[in-house]
Amino acid sequence: MSTIKKIRNLKELSTANDRFEGAHLLCPGCAHSIIVRELMNCTDDNLVISSNTGCLEVCTAVYPYTSWDTSWIHIGFENAATSISGAEAMYKARKRKGTLKDPDAPVKFVAFGGDGSTYDIGFQWLSGAVERGHDFTYICLDNEVYANTGGQRSGSTPLGSSTTTAPAGRVSYGKKQMKKDLVGIMAAHGAPYVAQMSPNKWKDMLKKMQKALATEGPVFLNAISACTTEWKFDPKDTIAISDLATDSLVFPLYEIINGRELNITYRPKNVIPVKDYLGAQGRFRHLFKPENAHILEQWQKAVDDQWEYLQRREEARV
Amino acid sequence: MAEKMELDNVVVWDGNYAAAQALRQAQVDVVSAYPITPSTPIVEGYGKFVADGYVDGEFVMVESEHAAMSGCVGAAAAGGRVATATSSQGFALMVEVLYQASGMRLPIVLTVVNRALASPLNVRGDHSDMYLGRDSGWIQLDAFNAQEAYDLTLCAFKIGENHSVRLPVMVHQDGFITSHTAQNVHPLQDDEAYAFVGEYQPLDEMLDFTRPVTYGAQTEEDWHYEHKAKQHKAILDSRDVIDNVFAEFEKLTGRKYNRVETYMMEDADVAIIALGTTVETARLVAEEMRKEEGIKAGVVAPRCFRPFPFDGIREALKNVKAVGCMDRSAPGGALGALFNEVSAAMHADGNSALMTNYIYGLGGRDLTVDAIKEIYRELDSNAKSGKRAGKIQQFVSLRGPKLEYFE
Repeated sequence: MSTIKKIRNLKELSTANDRFEGAHLLCPGCAHSIIVRELMNCTDDNLVISSNTGCLEVCTAVYPYTSWDTSWIHIGFENAATSISGAEAMYKARKRKGTLKDPDAPVKFVAFGGDGSTYDIGFQWLSGAVERGHDFTYICLDNEVYANTGGQRSGSTPLGSSTTTAPAGRVSYGKKQMKKDLVGIMAAHGAPYVAQMSPNKWKDMLKKMQKALATEGPVFLNAISACTTEWKFDPKDTIAISDLATDSLVFPLYEIINGRELNITYRPKNVIPVKDYLGAQGRFRHLFKPENAHILEQWQKAVDDQWEYLQRREEARV
Repeated sequence: MAEKMELDNVVVWDGNYAAAQALRQAQVDVVSAYPITPSTPIVEGYGKFVADGYVDGEFVMVESEHAAMSGCVGAAAAGGRVATATSSQGFALMVEVLYQASGMRLPIVLTVVNRALASPLNVRGDHSDMYLGRDSGWIQLDAFNAQEAYDLTLCAFKIGENHSVRLPVMVHQDGFITSHTAQNVHPLQDDEAYAFVGEYQPLDEMLDFTRPVTYGAQTEEDWHYEHKAKQHKAILDSRDVIDNVFAEFEKLTGRKYNRVETYMMEDADVAIIALGTTVETARLVAEEMRKEEGIKAGVVAPRCFRPFPFDGIREALKNVKAVGCMDRSAPGGALGALFNEVSAAMHADGNSALMTNYIYGLGGRDLTVDAIKEIYRELDSNAKSGKRAGKIQQFVSLRGPKLEYFE
């Protein structure tokens, strides 16, 4: 039987279950491992995990080593949602036919992808898997850039961020487009549970992860994963940067149930200006030149609008 | 429990339905598929079996062929029997994952209904999709008719799932000519067929939590080469298993399959080597040529396109004086793939038979009995004069001036 595990404090969570080995190649200060570790520690159920190609994958399964002390599969850049669909279908078939070694062992199916593989190249695969209704949780480790290949822009890269394929320069302020609203898109699929979370709010993230695993059907979780290398901040500041992200409302924390019921799960006591968040990262440094002042204004307005929109939806229960 | 189906001793099935029946009888655990002409009826046929209670496994209709094969890989890694079907553009979309399936040593069965690759868009049969798979590390079996599509699909599970093989297997049949032509087929009864294929024996499965497994690791220059070499060894070592499975199948049904099929080759002076339905037409013509024109004609066909039957081809052609290699795929600036491989097998042994490469049948262009007769006559004249009449590569039944290359 699958039960929701009781976790009282952060220490208990971080040491609960060591199925994700500390020995991996992720950058010091990378938020990926914090999120993955929290997921794997939040349950005692057996886990089948798939990963898209990306930082997490290349840093945790370089032959002859593996950081995964549970079943794990990686196929390509785009198809973690489908490899987990296949594994989940096989589980159902074998359970029905009675060919599982331990048919009563509780199993959860989880897929990880970066934003490149989730917002862009793997979007179709994710959409298909959610439409089909497989019982799995997809977690996007959203660092807003193709970090594994050295910082190219993705559909998640926010306005004005300087990336290697949309660099800031003499006549450009970096990326011209806004970040795609993937959380909204996944909620529109009618998935039973969709949420946005951030590792600095670990209790909120824990609750969402446990809710996700307990939900029958497809779940999408978008996890903000601060990237020391591409966002350009000191590796020791990962959680501090995440605090700025959630407290400036650049990354509002909320959940949407059955595509309809939106709940805001964190309301900062003191909302800080967006420029404080942007100013703490090298990728936005050029936005503070006088000629880019309008981009900073556009940023603040977009964040205010989104917060307003989320609150209205929450109030209207839609 | 799935319902059993009572089958007559002789049924009238097309190649697609024959393949769908074989998947049903093998009691596949997960079929992850996406429809495409001309293989769609395999998926539809299987879907109807599911709807009527003949299947206990999962049937996952995904959103693309890339996802179909991705789902197969995830399912196979979870330790059960897996199959799908595709053609042409769908096959092309799958290619990325085909390499990953074989690299992870997952025994998946893919029934391929051969069809041309665009552009121009074309739904008819040729072998360009089959050729696209030839370096993918999959075993490739080739059926020439509906009966063979059924038989070889059953054999494919038994070959690929053998623990000493652990490789995915494609079973090819020609689009429309085989897939959509109703023919007499002698099926096995459900119990017999399942007993032949056998229970799936999981190995390194993701659903055994006492022994976690990592699938799809990364290797760079330190280990990649060893992995790929080992994979090559595995597919070459599968030759004995293929022979044994064919022998076992013969014992059960009386139908004999060989990695290289030969027809009237004992005393042949000239031979056509081909794949797919062309083999059957060529056999018919060879017989006529012997009767009507006294030409000692024979036919050689790789039943097993991969692993390539290098030795068997060489052996089959050791005494002929002229060979026509029939390639049904646009060669894209080279000689046809079959020509190249057959020539290599023969040349390595010092065989100096005159080799000609006939390109034919692209996009479903019919290869008539008369056209094959003309080829045999040309081969016979080459054999007798010791000199090739035309150029090495010739396009058959093509509009406009004769297209031929290489002296």
